[in-house]
Amino acid sequence: MYRILERKDLNSDVVYMKVDAPAVAKKCEPGQFIILRVDETGERIPLTISDYNREEGWVSIIFQKVGKTTYLLDTLQQGDYILDFVGPLGIASHTDNMSRVCVVGGGLGCAIAYPQAKKLFGMGLHVDVIAGFRNKSLVFLQEEMKRNSTNYYLMTDDGTAGEKGMVTKKLKELIEGGANYDTVIAIGPVVMMKYVSLLTKEYNIKTIVSMNPIMIDGTGMCGGCRLTVDGQTKFACVDGPDFDGHKVDFDGLMQRLSMYKEQEKHKCNLFRGIE
Amino acid sequence: MAKINMTPEKTKMPEQDPDIRNRNFLEVATGYTPQMAQEEAQRCLNCKHKPCVSGCPVNVNIPSFIQAVAQGDIEKAYEIITKTNSLPAICGRVCPQETQCELPCVRGIKGEPVAIGRLERYVADYMLAKETFIADTPKPTVKKNKKVAVIGSGPAGLTAASDLCDMGYDVTIFEALHKAGGVLVYGIPEFRLPESIVEKEIERLKAKGVCIELNMVIGKIISIQELHEEEGFEAIFVGTGAGLPNFMNIPGENLNGVFSANEFLTRVNLMKAYDPSYDTPIYFGSHVAVVGGGNVAMDAARAAKRLGAEQVYIVYRRSEQEMPARAEEVHHAKEEGIEFRLLTNPTKILGENGWVTGMECVRMQLSEPGPDGRRRPVVIPGSEYVLKTTSVIMAIGTSPNPLIKSTTEGLETNKWGCIVADEETGQTSIPYIFAGGDAVTGAATVILAMGAGKKAAAAIDKYLDK
Ligand SMILES: Cc1cc2nc3c(=O)[nH]c(=O)nc-3n(C[C@H](O)[C@H](O)[C@H](O)COP(=O)(O)OP(=O)(O)OC[C@H]3O[C@@H](n4cnc5c(N)ncnc54)[C@H](O)[C@@H]3O)c2cc1C
Ligand SMILES: Cc1cc2nc3c(=O)[nH]c(=O)nc-3n(C[C@H](O)[C@H](O)[C@H](O)COP(=O)(O)OP(=O)(O)OC[C@H]3O[C@@H](n4cnc5c(N)ncnc54)[C@H](O)[C@@H]3O)c2cc1C
Ligand code: SF4
Ligand code: SF4
Ligand code: FES
Repeated sequence: MYRILERKDLNSDVVYMKVDAPAVAKKCEPGQFIILRVDETGERIPLTISDYNREEGWVSIIFQKVGKTTYLLDTLQQGDYILDFVGPLGIASHTDNMSRVCVVGGGLGCAIAYPQAKKLFGMGLHVDVIAGFRNKSLVFLQEEMKRNSTNYYLMTDDGTAGEKGMVTKKLKELIEGGANYDTVIAIGPVVMMKYVSLLTKEYNIKTIVSMNPIMIDGTGMCGGCRLTVDGQTKFACVDGPDFDGHKVDFDGLMQRLSMYKEQEKHKCNLFRGIE
Repeated sequence: MAKINMTPEKTKMPEQDPDIRNRNFLEVATGYTPQMAQEEAQRCLNCKHKPCVSGCPVNVNIPSFIQAVAQGDIEKAYEIITKTNSLPAICGRVCPQETQCELPCVRGIKGEPVAIGRLERYVADYMLAKETFIADTPKPTVKKNKKVAVIGSGPAGLTAASDLCDMGYDVTIFEALHKAGGVLVYGIPEFRLPESIVEKEIERLKAKGVCIELNMVIGKIISIQELHEEEGFEAIFVGTGAGLPNFMNIPGENLNGVFSANEFLTRVNLMKAYDPSYDTPIYFGSHVAVVGGGNVAMDAARAAKRLGAEQVYIVYRRSEQEMPARAEEVHHAKEEGIEFRLLTNPTKILGENGWVTGMECVRMQLSEPGPDGRRRPVVIPGSEYVLKTTSVIMAIGTSPNPLIKSTTEGLETNKWGCIVADEETGQTSIPYIFAGGDAVTGAATVILAMGAGKKAAAAIDKYLDK
């Protein structure tokens, strides 16, 4: 059992939780994730480790309420327990051979991108962050991102905060303006990562994306998280979650993510009392 | 002298009717009654040279436990079995008896062999049903004050832990999943091995004093070296199994509706997707094709049928004779309406809008035996046809997970990724690390994994006694 030390709502859909997990905190690195199970009848779902403190023995997660499990997790308060919490899983993000980096976060992806930006900035690199949200009310981690970047650019689809437009618009502008990035890290909805990768390919800038297929065990045992990278089958939980954005088959991933859409919607509606 | 029952056939074990059981997850065979057990025990001739014993990988003293059953002394029978086999309720159910203990049985010459597995199960179930089964667990009588870690809680790990605990070591099992038992809980379905049985065995281990830490992926949260150097575990047994699923690498394998058997069975067994009160979903559609001919394939096919698939096929490239599955499972699968497409090999999975709609197959024939005596399946030219199916389950084997190797410097593995370990002791290229079970042999059997756990426990004791 893993105790929730703190919880905060970052916006109407996104929740932050600090969880007591000393062994995970001792080992984890940015880019890694955990898998949790809220209760005995629950699913196992993967969530990125958004921050950690080795001395105090906690790791934090940030999740968006999208379905049954995340709504169920949302019902837990400070002092409550999560039944299972396993990690750190996946390969930590590589940080070699980088000096000028642009971190692009889309919506919830900002939570996953944050620990990477923090680490790279802490290493003394030039780190620009482009954060994109649908509108002002959804913006989160703004201060944290600002503190951990050289420049922070906020974009919203409707222009209610920051600049109006998509993250790719800003990225193109910066590249054209001579930002001279050697690496772009893009984390967000699959379509966003796909378009960022298409853009950076034109400029031949190395691009790392974080893949989020459906997972169960997270140890390479089920193959459910497989995706195609450079024509080869990879398991995101053990070979990733980071991959070369110029080599990932994004369309295949989107297809696989839709596998349980109908069933999940039904379970979620039942849980929320809709229908 | 006890009287001998000369009936040529085994005493039948009551089973659920095939058309009823293929719609539920309850155990297929319901077990012997005391009379049936007695009757069957009386078929044993108590042969002096005990040919059956040499067929059992852990050399259970078969005639002597069967004599105890014939005399109605089930506790004594249990004591005899558990001298060499700590998980008889499990082995009695899942051992491939027809190629092991029952193969050399003299009664098999003119009729059916003695139902050794069924009797073993009977004895174990009798004991497990006692309310005091867990409370009665014998506790270790000595204390060595030395810590040993066991990685993985499958049959290899459970057996090693049990023996080491009995010898007086402080044993901690580290398991990656949220439930202990390995393949016994995530792979083999409830209708063949009820989870409550595995749970009882695990409770018994805990009652003895074995500590079980779940949700611990060794190599990630802590490495083997760290367990040794920082956490004070003087020896480590690695029983991490062979859980990495193989795919065929044919077109269409990443379509929605294609699973590894591990994923399908994990969703069904570990995550209980068949029970609507559990959240984990599963998809299979109306027609399911399972590729493979082993126990795993049979389990996946029978589980799919139980979940409500209209038509379930086993697609296997050799003939029934070469099928590695237990004979009983093949028989049960057929009774339950699973259709066998033998000498058939898939070449391509077809799909529409990203979902499986069919599987292209070719027919095969077996070649004349080669120099190794094996008949190879070869494609019959022009025999392609399409099997209509809405999902495909790949049950074509698994390999050891590379995680332990990649995080343990100096640990030797072979070209298949199996840990190299001494056959007698389980000792690896790193002296304090011992290994056994599927992690060493590749996918094998429960009893072989247990045997390896046993040998390693004895070797660890020797190693630490120095
Ligand atoms: C390595 C990894 C790291 C992740 N990190 C985070 C994180 O830090 N914060 C966070 O909020 N989410 C993260 N996710 C996604 C998260 O796991 C899913 O949102 C979660 O499983 C949804 O569960 P649910 O039962 O609430 O919703 P479900 O009912 O399962 O799904 C609801 C909707 O979300 C879609 N969906 C299901 N699974 C995923 C998935 N894995 N990714 C994207 N969409 C999905 C479904 O198609 C459906 O439309 C991560 C996923 C992976 C693989
Ligand atoms: C569906 C199916 C049906 C089968 N049917 C039969 C049958 O009828 N009869 C028979 O004799 N055999 C059968 N087998 C084979 C048999 O189950 C295996 O040979 C046996 O379980 C191997 O035991 P093991 O202890 O080596 O490994 P496993 O049972 O595989 O257990 C390994 C354990 O280690 C854990 N682990 C792995 N890596 C790590 C890590 N890094 N850190 C912590 N823990 C880790 C795993 O989660 C798992 O729990 C079947 C197998 C399957 C999959
Ligand atoms: S352990 Fe298996 S092989 Fe040995 S006697 Fe029992 S059923 Fe037969
Ligand atoms: S070989 Fe058969 S009949 Fe003889 S002792 Fe063994 S089980 Fe009994
Ligand atoms: S989640 Fe099962 S292999 Fe990746």
